[in-house]
Amino acid sequence: MSRLASCFERLKAADKTALIPYITAGDSNPSITVPLMHRMVEAGADIIELGIPFSDPMADGPTIQLACERALVHHTSLRDVIKMTAEFRQHDQTTPIVFMGYLNPVEAMGYNEFAQEAAKVGVDALLAVDMPPEESQALVAALQEQSIDPIFLLSPTTQDDRIKKITAVGKGFLYYVSLKGVTGSNVLDVADVEAQVNNIKHYTQLPVGVGFGIKNAETAAAVASVSDAVIVGSAIVKIIENNIDDADTIMNEIADLLSGMRTAMDEK
Amino acid sequence: MSKNNEIDFSSFDWNSMPDEHGHFGPYGGCFAAETLMEAIENLRDAYATLKDNDAFQAEYDKDLKYYVGRPSPLYHAERWSKELGGAQIYLKREDLNHTGAHKINNTIGQALLAKHMGKPRIIAETGAGQHGVATATIAARLGLECVVYMGEVDVARQAPNVYRMKLLGAEVRPVSSGSKTLKDALNEAMRDWVTNIDDTFYCIGTVAGPHPYPAMVRDFQAIIGREARQQIQEQAGRLPDALIACIGGGSNAIGLFHEFLNDSEVAMYGVEAAGHGLETGEHAAPLCTAKPGVLHGNRMYLMADDDGQVVEPHSISAGLDYPGVGPEHSWLKDVGRVNYVAVTDDEAMTAFHALTRIEGIIPALESSHALAYTMKLAPTLSVEQSIIVNLSGRGDKDINTIAAREGITL
Repeated sequence: MSRLASCFERLKAADKTALIPYITAGDSNPSITVPLMHRMVEAGADIIELGIPFSDPMADGPTIQLACERALVHHTSLRDVIKMTAEFRQHDQTTPIVFMGYLNPVEAMGYNEFAQEAAKVGVDALLAVDMPPEESQALVAALQEQSIDPIFLLSPTTQDDRIKKITAVGKGFLYYVSLKGVTGSNVLDVADVEAQVNNIKHYTQLPVGVGFGIKNAETAAAVASVSDAVIVGSAIVKIIENNIDDADTIMNEIADLLSGMRTAMDEK
Repeated sequence: MSKNNEIDFSSFDWNSMPDEHGHFGPYGGCFAAETLMEAIENLRDAYATLKDNDAFQAEYDKDLKYYVGRPSPLYHAERWSKELGGAQIYLKREDLNHTGAHKINNTIGQALLAKHMGKPRIIAETGAGQHGVATATIAARLGLECVVYMGEVDVARQAPNVYRMKLLGAEVRPVSSGSKTLKDALNEAMRDWVTNIDDTFYCIGTVAGPHPYPAMVRDFQAIIGREARQQIQEQAGRLPDALIACIGGGSNAIGLFHEFLNDSEVAMYGVEAAGHGLETGEHAAPLCTAKPGVLHGNRMYLMADDDGQVVEPHSISAGLDYPGVGPEHSWLKDVGRVNYVAVTDDEAMTAFHALTRIEGIIPALESSHALAYTMKLAPTLSVEQSIIVNLSGRGDKDINTIAAREGITL
């Protein structure tokens, strides 16, 4: 069984929801990334979403965009992100790692080479934001060859016929974008999220994670009650943005945010 | 990949491209985030329905005739032809269109589409400002709210166009991310679209972006070549020997080329911006130098480093300052139908002055790249031969840039 599948099974048995923090690899500098990953696991993270920096993150808001720019000052490349995962795996063989980013760095490396190198170091899944299922055939084949799960987004505007198409090709879990807009946007309507997640579940047995708009323990707990995973991105990256040169504060504040979310989610 | 020896250019059905998923060979497609897919599919359906609708086409044709002033003349530049001592040069005068460039052919089509789709708000990205002005213009006339995204660098170097957009009632939002030019304006426009998809129509200015944009913008610009093909036969009695157009994203070039694609005796030259020189790396010439990549919703030739990060392009011309190029051009390069070349900032400047002084026509810096290549090609042809150059825009917007470059304070 894959690391992602066993992670979700374990959580389900304990009646828990997965907590998935996102950080951009190399933000605010490459040396902080691996220690931060370990610290997030200690604070209650079940899965880590590791962002591949990209020069033109079109679907992201200013927070993630700036994170990419900070990482790219250090030329953090896809190959570097793979190396960071290898380093993380030296001390953690169980926490699933999901790579998230845009297609072009993967294209530049080559689908097969990426899949092979990523599998070698224990990358569990890839979410390429600008790769809808219609364009995904070659990459999905390369990933599955190496048992890496292709993860796809669903949005509030995704109609049922597309939900069918996406659930047919997605593996690992599905990522429901809970808001119209870019990452870091506002207001979340939990009742609406619940209705959408329930609709998606008509079409799939896969866990459904919810991201976009989860900023604090309260929203995390609310979303946890209607989904299988809570994905937190901009709220974490914002902490890095506010403390760029202060690794200790970054670690402590992110750990506090996550453990607060963990507690609130587990009490739901 | 099919090469030129596999395609018979004279019998190939060029209108069969792209396929139903927007692919031109390996290029194009729809590489958009799921958050945009519903809006893109709605646009695709609306355009598929309206493109063959007689009433819609009549409305579009009427606007082109009475609002834009089409057909634009095909002008025989006799004095310049004589001076260069070779082929007869004909200029397709898109600079004489309302708003001063070819861009309005497309914005009228898309704005009418927006109106038919019931979208009260229209957004656009712009580099030189010509597409922004053309969008603001038609938005004013149709009573649509208009927001234009423009890189901070371009806002500075195209100040007259920024003011024109504001006069037309558009809001110009400067973009400070990345290289602060056209590609970043496009990123920001996409973010706006994804946030406001219910009421907003995204009017892309070039033949790039997720399907159906490359095909749709081409269809709206193809009027250039349809007119030119008829005009040259009336004036010269035969088809031209060559076509020349500048290429940023590639909309004026595809507009001129498309109607001639089956005329295999007509050579075609797409002129990219070599900036400070291709060897310096400071240019905007993906077709001449780069590999395919994925950005802004489609696969195309894309200037990127070994890590796949998009490289900041350079051109004196804001309208050519883009790291990618439309997927149809990418494919036409691979199949060998169009020759893609590049000229430097300096060569474009020389051509700018030549046309201004010899023919009394001030060309846009973008179009000056096509003119610069004309200065190279024309002398190699005979006086009986002819070239059509797309004079895609007028140069009034560039006078501040040119004066500053030549050390003159206005």
